[in-house]
Parts: sequence; C-alpha cells; structure tokens
Amino acid sequence: MSGTDLLDGFDLAALPGASAREAASARLRAGGWPTRRDEAWHYTDLAAGLRGFALGPAPAVEVAAELPEGQRVVFVNGRFDAARSTAPDWVGRLGGAAADTARGGVVVALNTALAEDGVAITLAPGQQGGTLFLVTLAAGRGETMPAIAPRHRIALGAGATLTLIETARGEGSYLHAPVFEVELGEGARLNHYRLQDESGEAVHVATIFAEIAGGAGYESFTLNRGARLSRNETHARLTGPAADVHLNAAQLLNGTQHGDVTTVVRHDAPDCASRQTVKSVLAGAARGVFQGRIEVDRIAQKTDGYQMNQALLLSDEAEIDSKPELEIFADDVKCSHGATIGALDPEQLFYLRSRGVPAAEAKSILIRAFLDEALEPVTDEAARAVFEAAIGAWWREGA
Amino acid sequence: MLEIKGLTATIDGKEILRGIDLTVPEGEIHAIMGPNGAGKSTLSYVLSGREGYEVTGGSVTYNGADLLAMEPEERAAAGVFLAFQYPVELPGVGNANFIRTALNAIRRARGEAELDAVQFLKEARAAVTALKMPDDMLKRNVNVGFSGGEKKRNEVLQMALLKPTLALLDETDSGLDIDALKIVAEGVNALRGPAFSALVITHYQRLLDHIVPDRVHVLAAGKIVRSGGPELALELEANGYAGLEAA
Repeated sequence: MSGTDLLDGFDLAALPGASAREAASARLRAGGWPTRRDEAWHYTDLAAGLRGFALGPAPAVEVAAELPEGQRVVFVNGRFDAARSTAPDWVGRLGGAAADTARGGVVVALNTALAEDGVAITLAPGQQGGTLFLVTLAAGRGETMPAIAPRHRIALGAGATLTLIETARGEGSYLHAPVFEVELGEGARLNHYRLQDESGEAVHVATIFAEIAGGAGYESFTLNRGARLSRNETHARLTGPAADVHLNAAQLLNGTQHGDVTTVVRHDAPDCASRQTVKSVLAGAARGVFQGRIEVDRIAQKTDGYQMNQALLLSDEAEIDSKPELEIFADDVKCSHGATIGALDPEQLFYLRSRGVPAAEAKSILIRAFLDEALEPVTDEAARAVFEAAIGAWWREGA
Repeated sequence: MLEIKGLTATIDGKEILRGIDLTVPEGEIHAIMGPNGAGKSTLSYVLSGREGYEVTGGSVTYNGADLLAMEPEERAAAGVFLAFQYPVELPGVGNANFIRTALNAIRRARGEAELDAVQFLKEARAAVTALKMPDDMLKRNVNVGFSGGEKKRNEVLQMALLKPTLALLDETDSGLDIDALKIVAEGVNALRGPAFSALVITHYQRLLDHIVPDRVHVLAAGKIVRSGGPELALELEANGYAGLEAA
C-alpha cells in the first residue's frame, strides 16, 4: 500500500477539528506505515501487517459481551456506549476534539486524524476514584478493515487515586489504535491494568503517554494475548522528584502472532524509580519483541532504574527480539537491565508429573510461575481475577 | 506387588541396567544397596518414568499393570512415588499449592472427589507438625531456598500427603544429619502397613537402622548380585562392596 491512499476511505473534512486532522493525515500520507527500515519499528513491520487491507471508518455495531460489575465505561468500535456504561460523574467524553499532534509517530498521527471519541477521566485533588473498568469492544464484519482510534485522557489531581482496568476484545478483522494521555499530579497514584485480548485477526497498536509529577506513581501492567499483530508503546516521563513508575508486561502468544512491548522511560527529575519486568511466553511460530529505553537527564541524580526482559520459548520456531537501551547523562544513578531466553525445564516438568500432575497442567503451572514476577505488583483483586482468567483461558485454548 | 523381570535399560546407548529381577510383595520394604555407578538411581528413574532412559528389554508390572507403558503421572495415580535424590526447585510455585494440585490430580485420576483448600491445609499442617518442619514450609516456594535436609523432609512431607502404595526412596538419607534422618525414617515408618511397599535405595547402612527392611538386595554393575535379610546390610557395612561384582 503506498503512502498516499492510507486514508482514502475516510472523509476527514466531515469530522470536527479538521485542520489538526489534516496536518496529521498529511504526515501519515507523506511517510506511510512504518517498515523495518524505521528504527523504532525495526522488529515490528506494521506496513507488512496491514498490506492488502483497505482501512475504513468503524461502523456503529453491536457486540455482545459479559460486562464487569461496578463502575464501567464501555466503548464499541471506538464509540461510547451509554446504555451499557455505569460511569461516575468524573468520567466524561473526549467528544470529537482533535488531539495534540506534537508527540509520537505515525500511529499517533493516525489516531489524531481519526479520533472521534474517547474517555476523559478527571479526578480532583485528593479524590479517590476506586476501580473503573474500561471495556473496549470491536467488530470487523465487512469488506474494509475498520480503523478504531479512540483518544483517552486521564488526569489525576494531586493525591488522587484510581485503578483503571482496561479490557480490549473483539471479533473479525479490525485495527485498534488507541492513544492514552495520562497526567498525574503530585502524589497521585494510577494503577493502569490492561488486557489486550483482541480478535485473532485484529491489529492492535496502543500508545500511552504518561507524565508523572513529584511523588506520584504510575503502576501499569499489560497482558498481550490477542491480535495477530500488536504493539504496546509506553512513553513515561518522571517530571518531579521521588516519583515512581512500574511498566510491567506479559505476552502469551502462539501460532503466527506477533507481540511487541516498547517502552521509553524518561527520568527528568532526581530521586525517581522506574521498574520494568516484561515476560514473554512464545509458542508455535510466535514472535515477541521487547524494546526498552531508559533516558536519564543530567539533573536526574539518584535515579533507580531497573529493567528485566525474559522469554520462555515453547517451540523451536518461536522467536524473541530484545533491545534494551540506556542513555544516562547523570553521574549518580543506579540502572540495571537484563535479558534471558529459555525453554521449560524438563527436570521441573518431570518433578511435577512424577507427583501425578498431567503434562499439560504441569506446563501451565510452570508458565504461570514464570509470569509471577511480572504480575506480582498487581495487588488489586479485580485486576488479578481478570488476568488469571485470561492466562488460564490461554492455556485451555491450547498453546 | 512390584515385579521386575529381566529389566535392561540404556542412557545414550550405554547399558546401565543389565537384567534386573526383583519382586517386592505388598506390605514389604526392600532395600537396594550398591556402590556408586551400580545403576541404583537409574532403576528409580526407569520405574518412575523419567525421559532419557531407554528400556531395551524385560518387564515391570505393578499390581498386574504394565508400569513401563504408563506416563509418569499415571504411575503416580497408580500409587507410585519417587522421593528424589535431588529434589527440584520450582520458583513461583507455592509448596501448599503444589502438593494440593498433585493430590487433586491423583484423586481426579482415580475418580475421587477433590479436596478443597481448607480440608487440605488441615491435613498438611498436621503432617508438617508430625515431621517437625518449620511452619512456613507450606508457604514457601517449592524447595526454593531450602537446605539439603529441608528438601529431603519436603519429599517425605509430599509422600505423607500423597499416601503412595509404592515408594521409591532414592538416597533420601544423603546429606541428612542424624536427627533429620530419624524424622525421615519416622515418616516412612508411619506409612508402613499391609498395603504399603517401598524400595529404599541407599549407599549406606545407617538409614536401615531406622527403616528396617524385610529384604536387602545388592545392585552391582546393573544386576542384583545378592539378596538376603536385614543382616546383609550389616555385612556390607563391615566388608564393603569389593568383590561383589564378580559374585
């Protein structure tokens, strides 16, 4: 597909904020989808993943789903579903306002050009938001591949807290390219838990920008198990002293799935901590990617950065590409990173089987144990339940 | 009853077991002694179904069923338990969960109802106390950070809870001090009864002071070269294994 006809299926002039959309679409048309020649996309060929698919606007559809109890916001094909949402008053919508175009690459430009809706969460200083589910449902049932590009904004005032549990599911072939803009005031805490469980024919490319003020904490865990091609790209910036960020993730992939976890953590203030534990379990001919970059500004003294990337390969054809990068300009910092690749240990398998545990169950126990370290910081019970169910289902569906 | 007839097995083409004949009737405990490299551990691994060993001849039946045709988990469900010489660490797997999963898998395979967490923990705590193990033994990850003695006691704890009818103890005494040795022996003796049999594999006689065997067999160069009563162990302790290969 050439760069010029990427957005031919869309009538951008009909959407509000046309000028920002035009600017973003011009950028997209000029560059086209990223290929392996783009350094940031060297291991994930988005152009190849979308070749042969004609993108079109996401139609209004109905998608049946079991919904979680409690506070929830439901989006279907990128549109707010008022009837099935139970949103508190601090949850608004990001109408059709076109978003900021300054940061991010081509995928963010696509979102900027197409975003029509999204959730806008605003918590006042000190406000306790409890747990909110963000349920996104999608369906691609026609000739074209719907492009679903919601823009979500989450702003927590000083000392406010929220646990956001996002589940992304769907059916058929579609592109889901959400962008999250997270802003945490001083001492605020956001637990951002994300389950990417999209349709096996879908492409999921999420971008998260998080700005974290002094003393604030951004605690995130993402589980990638759906979509034929996925990328979760997080840009976290620690802007005030003594802030902390956890960017943990796990991938459970099989068949010919491709899953990419990309992180950029920028330390722009002293005494901050960043922690990343990313675990990939790859079966069949699945391919996993981890790219993690830690940037430490010269004023960010006493930075404590940790990054661990581990892959468990369940077959000879599975593959992991791992690219850690450290860019440190301060002189008094502690930064460490590591990567391991391994297979299931036959001694451990035999030990379990010798105790009566059937081979398939023994494997699932060892895989769950492998994931444990990445899941450990997820203490919220509702989130735990979501992830445990997804991990259990992955196994039952035959990895 | 365990019946081993003419069992031969190789690892990487090298013959380790060269025709083992051995019968362990129900209710009896038999000891297998022998020098290093005689094939003692190989015998226990072949009986429990570990990969990497090729059975080239002979047969093994347990209560009439062909043991060698079963998967390791099927052997466990049939009542076979191997106490490992080197128990395996399972980081990220809690000990209580591990044992309960195993127990329930065996119960499922036998068509019995599973135990819930409360019922299981009650039994498990009682077994921990009986084995004089620290209380946190159930909470810790399986064998992770355990001392050598704790690992062996954890094997006996699993055995106590899984209640096998045929236990294979592979050098369970190695690395144990005398107090731990007595505790391990008590764990085995507690299971003794008309429906329980065991093969106690050991290099030294001292374990057999505490687990008194009905029969003692000497394994050398892949064959049983002598069999006798408990007094044979004492004789071996006094005279060593020298010369037995030729017997």
